[in-house]
Amino acid sequence: MPQRVAIVGTGQTDHKSHRPDVNQREMINEAVVRALEDCEMTIRDIDAIIIGNMDHFESINYVDTWSVEGSGGVMKPIMKITTGGTTGASVAIAAYYHVASGLFDKVLAIGWEKNSESDTTAAIVTCSDPVWDRFSYSGAIPSLASEASAYMEQYGATQHDAARVAVRDRKNAMNNPHAHLRKPVTIEDVMASPMLAYPVKLGDVCPRTDGACAVVLAADGIAQKVTPRPAWFVASAVRHTYTWFGDSTDYDQGLVSLKNASREAYQKAGIRNPADELDVAELYLPYTYAGLKYIEALDFCAPGHGPRFVADGHTEIDGKIPVNPSGGVISTNCIGATALLRVAEAAIQIMGKGGKRQVHGANLALATGFGGCFWSDVVLLCGDRP
Amino acid sequence: MPNWVDEVEPMTFKGQIAVPYTWWVGDTGSRFLEAIRDQATFLGTRCPDCDTVYVPPRKNCGRCFTALDQWVEIARRGVVTAFTIVRANHPLQPVKSPFAYALIRLDGASVSILHLITKDLARLSIGVTVEAHFKEASQRTGHILDIDHFQII
Ligand SMILES: [Zn+2]
Repeated sequence: MPQRVAIVGTGQTDHKSHRPDVNQREMINEAVVRALEDCEMTIRDIDAIIIGNMDHFESINYVDTWSVEGSGGVMKPIMKITTGGTTGASVAIAAYYHVASGLFDKVLAIGWEKNSESDTTAAIVTCSDPVWDRFSYSGAIPSLASEASAYMEQYGATQHDAARVAVRDRKNAMNNPHAHLRKPVTIEDVMASPMLAYPVKLGDVCPRTDGACAVVLAADGIAQKVTPRPAWFVASAVRHTYTWFGDSTDYDQGLVSLKNASREAYQKAGIRNPADELDVAELYLPYTYAGLKYIEALDFCAPGHGPRFVADGHTEIDGKIPVNPSGGVISTNCIGATALLRVAEAAIQIMGKGGKRQVHGANLALATGFGGCFWSDVVLLCGDRP
Repeated sequence: MPNWVDEVEPMTFKGQIAVPYTWWVGDTGSRFLEAIRDQATFLGTRCPDCDTVYVPPRKNCGRCFTALDQWVEIARRGVVTAFTIVRANHPLQPVKSPFAYALIRLDGASVSILHLITKDLARLSIGVTVEAHFKEASQRTGHILDIDHFQII
């Protein structure tokens, strides 16, 4: 029987396009110090550390050993996890496994990225097969553009529908003091932004951000002593579908990995109607079209109903299922930290520490990670001890 | 059993990606590089908890996890704590062989800095005293190799 596990503290940097004032280790340190302060712990209380960022993004190998000065990993067990865009959620899930196993009681999870130090697209390209896929259809934009146009063709969704997702997330970012892009946009702004690859425009996609996030997890019995309202892990699920781009061009099935992962998590948690039962969702939506399509995979609404569901305001902060009160990925994308920020922001909602972005009475929260070749991680957190 | 290379050509595929990394040094490291460039002096940071003096300077003590903001000026002289002599040449090496990569603990520092010893290698041993020789002011760019080499005294 695994130990019950809760998030008891979170910390994040004030995210920016570039951080000349700190090197990588120093930026990691900022998030760790804030997370420890949040739960009134010191680094001596931490039994083990899980850390992750994107391979090739900063030309740092062995980030686990190299970062110990900043992470606090000097003379502690430390492990690197890197799974592409899902890295941050995988880091959180690996930390959860560590505590659940009973071998560790207090574990620190860290995700970070300094996008300003390299060429993000050149680095992302290294995720695709060097012989078969790398020459053209790689990097973030081409596969997302194909996914978006397939979705529009299937359901008649429009560029306007997608733009609403950017309007929502960028509006929410105004309430998050840590967010990178804190300037609201209109549908007209998004429509007028430069076309990158049809139908994806600059206003539809996430920025490149320098930032770090750290989360402290603690075992049952300790968590309640550390903080009055821990965010308990109810379920987590991981799905990796394929690695060759051509093996999964049936976009009409929806985001299969997310559908699959969320069904497993809902089943574990006994959730039947996610849009009604979940109080808040922090979703890894790397571009606006994901905000229409992926909420269908999550069963917030029926396939093809995403545009209507968003337009009707159901995902607004005062809607049926508030999505991304933090401003989401479209407002902040320090990639290795991005999915951990989703988990941290979900925990912040449950702990009631959201300030201006707090969803009133949030008790059951969903966080997702997205990356690689349409892979998905899902984490469900709850204010009630499971 | 037939050999597969008799039946099909072994193909390879050449990579084309060169990622242009540019790392921010940060305010702490930049102060050190500015000091060697503009004053030909060394700066370190001291940990208030364990008294360790770090050169190059750190923003936090890895062992104590304490933020460091006490700056200390460090001598140009120190002792060699470890070294290896390089006798082969390679384009990536900063100077022509023979030379030594040496760990040097400057007077006033608790840790050693990695640098080069290029002369009098026959006299090189652990514990020997060395002194920093800087490049001409006009040649210095804010790089660790603004220190040209360390000279055995
Ligand atoms: Zn110290």
